[in-house]
Amino acid sequence: MCGATKGGLDLKGVDVDKEAVIQGQVLRGDEPVGGAYVRLLDSTGEFTAEVPTSATGHFRFFAAPGSWTLRTLAPKADPVDRQVVAQYGAVAEVAVTV
Amino acid sequence: MSRESALVSADWVEEHKNDAGVVLIEVDEDVSAYDAGHIAGAIKLDWKDDLQDAVRRDFVNQEQFSALLSDRGVKNDDTVVLYGGNNNWFAAYAYWYFKLYGHGDVRLLDGGRKRWELDSRELTDEVVKREATEYAAKEPDLNIRAFRDEVGDAIGVKNLVDVRSPDEYAGRLLAPAHLPQEQAQRAGHIPTAANIPWSKAANDDGTFRADDELKTLYADAGVDFGKDTIAYCRIGERSAHTWFVLHEILGQQNVKNYDGSWTEWGSLVGVPVALGDEPGKA
Repeated sequence: MCGATKGGLDLKGVDVDKEAVIQGQVLRGDEPVGGAYVRLLDSTGEFTAEVPTSATGHFRFFAAPGSWTLRTLAPKADPVDRQVVAQYGAVAEVAVTV
Repeated sequence: MSRESALVSADWVEEHKNDAGVVLIEVDEDVSAYDAGHIAGAIKLDWKDDLQDAVRRDFVNQEQFSALLSDRGVKNDDTVVLYGGNNNWFAAYAYWYFKLYGHGDVRLLDGGRKRWELDSRELTDEVVKREATEYAAKEPDLNIRAFRDEVGDAIGVKNLVDVRSPDEYAGRLLAPAHLPQEQAQRAGHIPTAANIPWSKAANDDGTFRADDELKTLYADAGVDFGKDTIAYCRIGERSAHTWFVLHEILGQQNVKNYDGSWTEWGSLVGVPVALGDEPGKA
């Protein structure tokens, strides 16, 4: 995606104080994986949201404070689960390797 | 209706996508997804610009739907195959429209765009233009659409199924977590509604679960198949997915989608609202 900055998505226009942001990038080796699917599961394992990754492998969720699981599905790869904690006023950055 | 008459597989689409009388249509929440790549031959419907009235909060009427499909080159006797992102939410929503306006043969691609992509099947950015037709939509079938007064009367009487995520149901969130927080005036759910998230009806790859798993899912959550059912979510797209499961896959009669959903109910003055993880009392 044009304009994406290394180290994370641009947060311009997002009031981080009011959002519990979870974002990151899906990688295969050093290569970003676009068109992967990242699912946000709540603390009981229930699906909450899902986004496809951008061409640069990036994704973002506006979550609520608490513990979440990111489940990543990508072509020719097994699903990968990562645990993450979100809180207001902070951006949880997660790198997922498939 | 049944799974066989309502769903097609990706292999079926590969085999039949060039058949005369088969029209593939992509419908996404992210309306730019189609432009970046779609199944060869598929046309696009924009769930907002094409399917919603531009002024009132309502969807396009019979004349507008006829004009839309005529312009896009769809015939009344075509087999329409819908698919899209977000686990087919908006494709299921469009499916419900096609049924509402009496289209004879309409199907959903099981797993939608996600399954197709995860299989590394081909997508193209080739522009598709079909020759205009004279499509004639039927009178809307209101047996599958619920309005707010009927929903109010259904509290404690019919099955109400809230298909949003548990946090939205309980009132901890107002919208899905990938969207900024906005929408209805109040959070919570319609009293007595069971929370059966749409996602429980689908596998991780977006395909629908098996019939016996689906029946057990709804029965265990308190849905009485002997009663009428109304499904709702935030704006009616995820509940179209559940309507599809109950009415089209499982063949349940008397299932309606309340497309006003929480953005309407949660903004109405004076209606009952329940907070928390329990259904609440009538």
